[in-house]
Amino acid sequence: MSNASPYAYDSKVEGNIIFTKLDAAINWMRSNSLWPMPMGLACCAIELMAAGAARFDIARFGAEVMRFSPRQSDVMIVAGTVTYKMALAVKRIYEQMPEPKWVIAMGACASSGGMYRSYAVLQGIDHLIPVDVYVSGCPPRPEALLDGLMRLQKKIMGEHSFLEQKKELLASL
Amino acid sequence: MTLAEVADALASRFGDSLTGKTDFRGELTLSLQPAALHSICEFCRDELGFDILLDISSVDHFEQEPRYELVYELYSLGHGLALRLKTIATEDEPEVRSICDLWPGANWHEREVWDMMGLRFAGHPDLRRIIMWEGYPYHPLRKDFPLEGKFSDVPDVAFTEPAPLDGGPFVTAPVEGTTEVREPRARRAGDLSPEQTFIAEP
Repeated sequence: MSNASPYAYDSKVEGNIIFTKLDAAINWMRSNSLWPMPMGLACCAIELMAAGAARFDIARFGAEVMRFSPRQSDVMIVAGTVTYKMALAVKRIYEQMPEPKWVIAMGACASSGGMYRSYAVLQGIDHLIPVDVYVSGCPPRPEALLDGLMRLQKKIMGEHSFLEQKKELLASL
Repeated sequence: MTLAEVADALASRFGDSLTGKTDFRGELTLSLQPAALHSICEFCRDELGFDILLDISSVDHFEQEPRYELVYELYSLGHGLALRLKTIATEDEPEVRSICDLWPGANWHEREVWDMMGLRFAGHPDLRRIIMWEGYPYHPLRKDFPLEGKFSDVPDVAFTEPAPLDGGPFVTAPVEGTTEVREPRARRAGDLSPEQTFIAEP
């Protein structure tokens, strides 16, 4: 090592540098730390809780940080029957979430009204807010929610991380 | 004290106001005129020991007169007796006297009856809707209200839209006939015309 010099090429640095696309890096970070807003409205919320608990452990997918403040949330998991009385509150909480934000409609009721063809129940939360992933089931098992979460992660990986963001804000300017 | 003694005591005191008496499998049901409802309830509470009001419910006998029926379930802890009182409310004047001053628990029951069936209670301290929101224009448990709902909109509070029901299943239609006719397991679109199925509200 007689020719060692502070200006020479350091071969050890090779293991510490990764070249990637900005979109890929940002989406990778986003999709692996999705903080859910648990909009638990009915029995689906029990399965949502099970998905967060030890046996199914949603932390394996980086989505264990349930935030009860919409300001700190990335994905709203609408778990349960959305009554008309609750509908505008759900929409308001969705609007309070900072972008980028996503929505999982968990279960038959949140997706389509489910068995409640009734005067009191909104026939699917997609009447009010855009939904990214629908999870079928009544209620869905935790595995189904995890599958929906993984599909959302795949969807996020295919998005433009900046180009298609804040559309509403840009349109209002 | 037995239920027969309860019936006798009420008959001797309010004989003119009692319009019917049914004793079915040990359950005593008394029908009474709405004007006497409050005084009979007070008598039951103070003299006969019916200290608990279990429930108030309402029935819509659509296309019959009188249209509405109110059912009060009383219970006596001391005697272990249950008593059912029924009274009526007409479509023209859907109002009876509140019994909130006798049992405070009647407050929410009467609000629910007002919300779902649209019967008013004179003297109720706070007769607001309890399940639907203020401003909702209908009373959903009335027989002429379609299960699919109707359009309504209260800005910034809530809105409703009719649900895609396609005629069934489990729809009770206000038509004459047996339960099989009125509540079919499933009804295909076109079986009954909308005019036959549901009578629109004025």
